[in-house]
Amino acid sequence: MNSYLLTILLLLPLVGALVLLPLRNRDQHRLIRQVSLAIGLIEFVLSFIPVYSIPPGSSGLKLEVFVPWIPHWNINYHVGVDGISIFLIHLITLLTPIGVLASWSEIKHQVKEFHILLFLLEVGVIGVFISLDLFFFFFWWEFGLIPLALLIGIWGHGRRIYAAVKFMLFTMGGSIFMLVAILWLYAHTGSFDIVALQRMVESGQLSLSFNTEKWLFLGFLVAFAVKLPMFPLHTWLPDAHTEAPTAGSADLAGVLLKLGAYGIIRICLPLFPNASHAAAPAIGVLSVIAIIYGALVAMVQPNLKRLVAYSSISHMGFVTLGLFSFTLIGFQGAVYVLLAHGLTSSALFVLCGMLYERRHTYEISQFGGLATPMPKYASLFLFTALGAIGLPLLCGFVGEFLVLAGSFQTQPGWAVWGATGVIFSACYLLWAYQRVFYGKITHPENRELPDLNHREQWVMVTMCALILWLGIHATFFLRRYEVSCQAILQQASPNVGTGATGTKQSQALNQPYRR
Amino acid sequence: MIPTIDYIRILPELVVSVCGMMIMLADPVLPPSGNKKILGLIALAGVLAGLMATAIQAESYGNAFFDMVRVDAFSIFFHIVILLIALVVVLSSFDYLEVQRIKAGEYYALILFAAVGMMLMTSAIELVLIFIALEISSISTYILAGFRRRAAESAESSLKYFLLGSFATAFFLYGVAMVFGATGTTNVYRIAEVLTTQHSVVVYLAVALMFVGLGFKVASAPFHVWTPDVYEGAPAPVVGLMSTGPKAAAFAVLLRVLFATGAPGWFWLVWISAALSMTIGNIGALVQNNVKRLLAYSSIAHAGYLLVAFAAAKTAGISAAIFYAASYAAMNVGAFALVAHLSGRGERYVTLEDYAGLGRRSPLIAAMLTIFLISLIGIPVTGGFFAKFYVFSAALQSNLVGLTIIGMINSAIATYYYLRVIIYMYMRDERTEAPVMPIPAGLGVAVAISLIATIYLGVLPNRVLDDAVRAAQDLVK
Repeated sequence: MNSYLLTILLLLPLVGALVLLPLRNRDQHRLIRQVSLAIGLIEFVLSFIPVYSIPPGSSGLKLEVFVPWIPHWNINYHVGVDGISIFLIHLITLLTPIGVLASWSEIKHQVKEFHILLFLLEVGVIGVFISLDLFFFFFWWEFGLIPLALLIGIWGHGRRIYAAVKFMLFTMGGSIFMLVAILWLYAHTGSFDIVALQRMVESGQLSLSFNTEKWLFLGFLVAFAVKLPMFPLHTWLPDAHTEAPTAGSADLAGVLLKLGAYGIIRICLPLFPNASHAAAPAIGVLSVIAIIYGALVAMVQPNLKRLVAYSSISHMGFVTLGLFSFTLIGFQGAVYVLLAHGLTSSALFVLCGMLYERRHTYEISQFGGLATPMPKYASLFLFTALGAIGLPLLCGFVGEFLVLAGSFQTQPGWAVWGATGVIFSACYLLWAYQRVFYGKITHPENRELPDLNHREQWVMVTMCALILWLGIHATFFLRRYEVSCQAILQQASPNVGTGATGTKQSQALNQPYRR
Repeated sequence: MIPTIDYIRILPELVVSVCGMMIMLADPVLPPSGNKKILGLIALAGVLAGLMATAIQAESYGNAFFDMVRVDAFSIFFHIVILLIALVVVLSSFDYLEVQRIKAGEYYALILFAAVGMMLMTSAIELVLIFIALEISSISTYILAGFRRRAAESAESSLKYFLLGSFATAFFLYGVAMVFGATGTTNVYRIAEVLTTQHSVVVYLAVALMFVGLGFKVASAPFHVWTPDVYEGAPAPVVGLMSTGPKAAAFAVLLRVLFATGAPGWFWLVWISAALSMTIGNIGALVQNNVKRLLAYSSIAHAGYLLVAFAAAKTAGISAAIFYAASYAAMNVGAFALVAHLSGRGERYVTLEDYAGLGRRSPLIAAMLTIFLISLIGIPVTGGFFAKFYVFSAALQSNLVGLTIIGMINSAIATYYYLRVIIYMYMRDERTEAPVMPIPAGLGVAVAISLIATIYLGVLPNRVLDDAVRAAQDLVK
């Protein structure tokens, strides 16, 4: 059973898509949604198994499967999970049923196609998270593009086509550099296997000159930086997020951005340790720019959804800051930010979607005083926003605190600048909250807005409960991925002989997180 | 006395020619106003018999007819590819001819003769025979291109193709003559023997001339100028044939001429042509509004990707080229079958505007066309992805970093115009009255074959990959 688990997890959404195929769009909307929800929930429950198959403090890859796929090229179906990927998988299996529920009444045409694409997207994302083979990784990386581009382009709002094309071209453009790097590695090692390649790097069997390593690192980094997105490559994100339908935005912010960070963790750091260390100062600067720039731009957005989109850029700055601090605390914090941001930003997008269904606009100036007609909505929004801001006891706090604590050890200057992001995030979200929910009702059509119905309440209460859980019981997560983080950091330490001083320093800082 | 085994070694060609002649004989006997479907069925039977003959042939590798023809893994591979292309084209023509009110029975015969020529191109190892085979296939396709005789652009297409095509074959013939002058033989493998000991400047010239001739046939830049006009005017199923079959066959000949002979001096020719084809094809496609023209430019670009594999050379490059030819055939012939179906009477509906809202009017056709387009982009689960992957991986193994990067940038550009078709189908509201008819049985089978082939090559490419490698090894042996 255990050896098939990941395969089942990967293929179940595909089965879901096939089950939906014979259903009719004309008169079976409800059935389509119910079936999708059921399959999404089964998948969600299944994804608990990997979490419990990794006891706290365990190391190494679990549930590994290795089956030759294309022996001619030495491509293998090599999958496995570690402490980091299990939670990211969980995030997508959670967000798919949430997405189905959130679009229950939003999506009115081509309902079947919508849910099929949602499942295909889930397959692609899970595929990336479980791959331990570069080819297989790239395979799923590209696979997920089309469903999301279609989700944005068909069911989006306003300038949806522009957003879809921009998204597609940016990500395709980025991944092409990754493909060159993958092919170069293959041409020189004959292997696509991440684990094997990592061993070769560690043992010195694959010794790249610094120059080559730098180019390969950049090749991968460009693909991941587009997805993440890192500062100068972020321009597709506000458009894509804003124009996408609710479920698309939630998936995009919740999980797709995490693919970029995951790629850095799984590939960039372990395979190119020297280049990673050399790039750290530059990436630190870009992270700080992203944190502050994202927050400032978010502050002046007149459009609520766009505001949340820009806040993602700011939060992702924390991720890169933590990862490239090369400290265990910073690293763990970065992964925690991924999880926390996955929850809060997707919850905020779902909330935006609920508002849009009622008023058909995201413009902040169209609202004001909504707390009176919609008290439940207002309080749930506040809870989520506080989670995103990083109020202690809610999920955002843990990650950002750890990132700052970690990066302070190696890069105190950036940490100080990064810390301002925490303040800024409070500014833009609370200010937006004030303008939307407090004050007098200035637009008469807002007076009679219905509050959340049962379905919407359940969606949001679930999300809020998780936000709270991540805030209170952080050790549940930290203990499960601590050793995995440590392993990756170990692999990311520069090779002896080429950067000996760096090794010593980072080992000194790799003290386990004290509970 | 010619031994029987020799006839077995050209069995597919024989069988298919006989069926073609049967169609020619049966056509005048049938009542002139009657249904010509029976001719299509004969053609279908001919192609299937050809496939069976190829299977029989696979048991008896070797040379035949005084070393003019060679049956090996290479020729068998291309025979199967070409026959499958012919199968899809014949099946998708059933309905097309009825809709277009084209009654001529020779249509099917010409498709079969074209297929015979292409097959012979891949198994001939004698340059003169290669030339004859090239002419058989070319002349058939010249006529086929003009089959919509009431449409002016079809006549233009046919004439243009004929004039430029015969010009190009003349180049090829000059090349053959010069090779003969330099080496004293026209047999590919004997040329290889001679070239190991002597080098003459004339050989370089000959290689260049033959490359021009074949470059025209595969529509690689700078010999591509005819492609958009010819593809636009010719009947859509015929374009499906032209853009895959003769291309695959001409690439096969090019592989033989360049690699089996060990000829010198081709590297920079191929390199430049590859870079130009990719760039011109993709940039040209960006601004097209006619789907047939768009696919014409895309076909130029794909010829460029294939030439990248040529430049990579070695076994990896050759087998990458072979694999690419097969998967390109699968996705392109399928795409054209759907384009033919959507075009309507007189091919009126072939612009992007006519495809607007197809996702709602006919979700099935739109979904299938999307898969073919995704494959043409080179996105996973499709053959196009693996093919591109293989080609660029071979190129990097030969350290062609520059060409690989040009190719990669080009595939990023290409995403846009294929995506545009998808955008029109799914994201634009329909504005035209373009009717969508349900898929007839013949077309359904045709598209299913290409769809299955495309996905099969994308998920389980092992078998075909091994065949391609074996073919490559046989070629250079």
